[in-house]
Amino acid sequence: MMELDGNALAGDLAEVFTVEMTSARFTCAGCRHADEVATLRVYTPVPGAVARCPNCGDVVLTLVRTPTRVLLTLTGTARLDFPV
Amino acid sequence: MVRTALPGRLTWQAATVTAVRAETPSARTLVLDIPDWPGHLPGQHLDLRLTAEDGYSAQRSYSIASDWPGSGPVEITVQRLADGEVSSYLTDVVQVGDRIELRGPIGGWFVWRSAQPAPVLLVAGGSGVVPLMSMIRDRGRVRGRQPFRLIYSVRTPEDACYADELKRRVRDDPGLDVHFVHTRKGPDPKRIDVATVNTYGWPPDFAPDVFVCGPTGFVETVADILVALGHDPKKIRTERFGGK
Ligand SMILES: Cc1cc2nc3c(=O)[nH]c(=O)nc-3n(C[C@H](O)[C@H](O)[C@H](O)COP(=O)(O)OP(=O)(O)OC[C@H]3O[C@@H](n4cnc5c(N)ncnc54)[C@H](O)[C@@H]3O)c2cc1C
Ligand SMILES: [Zn+2]
Repeated sequence: MMELDGNALAGDLAEVFTVEMTSARFTCAGCRHADEVATLRVYTPVPGAVARCPNCGDVVLTLVRTPTRVLLTLTGTARLDFPV
Repeated sequence: MVRTALPGRLTWQAATVTAVRAETPSARTLVLDIPDWPGHLPGQHLDLRLTAEDGYSAQRSYSIASDWPGSGPVEITVQRLADGEVSSYLTDVVQVGDRIELRGPIGGWFVWRSAQPAPVLLVAGGSGVVPLMSMIRDRGRVRGRQPFRLIYSVRTPEDACYADELKRRVRDDPGLDVHFVHTRKGPDPKRIDVATVNTYGWPPDFAPDVFVCGPTGFVETVADILVALGHDPKKIRTERFGGK
């Protein structure tokens, strides 16, 4: 398992969203810490990426890729706020 | 297989390797001709995908080393890891004329925009210098007036990428300073520490834009040092390349 950060999710998220997501701000559902998606602690590959809050360590989002699908789980995200 | 583009979304495309250049004994630059490249900002990366005959595929990210004068090739610099699946292929096997599947440009947070007026502190560990070099090249091209300082940690003097170009730029440009930290060999081998960042970085009251990039452990150490020295965490942008 390797530790990266939210910058490493940018490509996969750009396949899903049409706005640049590393500059978007997440709010952690657990501790309410808010910061740019780039600052998430990302663990990969497990089989996808698990992104944890840099403040409390809770899982903020997970992203799993199969050859034909992207499964994005946002249970730990109270809010995503992006520049348009 | 390269898919047809959906509007507004990033998709994979084929690029051709037009040149390769050795940077150090273990790192090389691939010059890529990418037909529909929209341009990029310094600090962005691309994702590269290798697919074997049997369908097995591996995907990795590589920072863009070149700046973007409006057209031209895109360069990446890859550091070979001894047991690295993709990096050893890119440094040892890929040849001029080969086609590579990639998508980009990617990322918008770890970027430097030449309109940002603040002085800039760049701190690189190993291949973490790649996106920072794009920033240095872009500043040089647009004749940016923001003073830049680069602290570049490598194992030995021979492991420094872009060494000649950095030397030339420092000679010709009073707004650019480079300080090397050698961790294994050299005149004074040591790891980056508080004194290094304090002496060769900008003081926190200059409110510099700070970009730190390299192996995960290196980035964490440097970010902790910067915060301890009083830098505003909001001004520190980091990118972790993985590894220790
Ligand atoms: C946003 C981003 C930008 C990147 N830009 C560059 C770049 O410009 N140039 C570049 O050379 N690399 C860059 N990397 C790292 C690159 O994506 C790969 O991780 C690296 O090339 C290793 O891949 P591999 O398949 O050769 O190694 P793997 O087969 O994946 O791993 C082999 C071994 O090396 C370890 N390892 C993996 N990555 C690193 C690392 N970075 N440092 C030390 N040990 C590591 C692994 O834990 C494992 O033990 C970037 C990573 C990210 C997330
Ligand atoms: Zn949290």
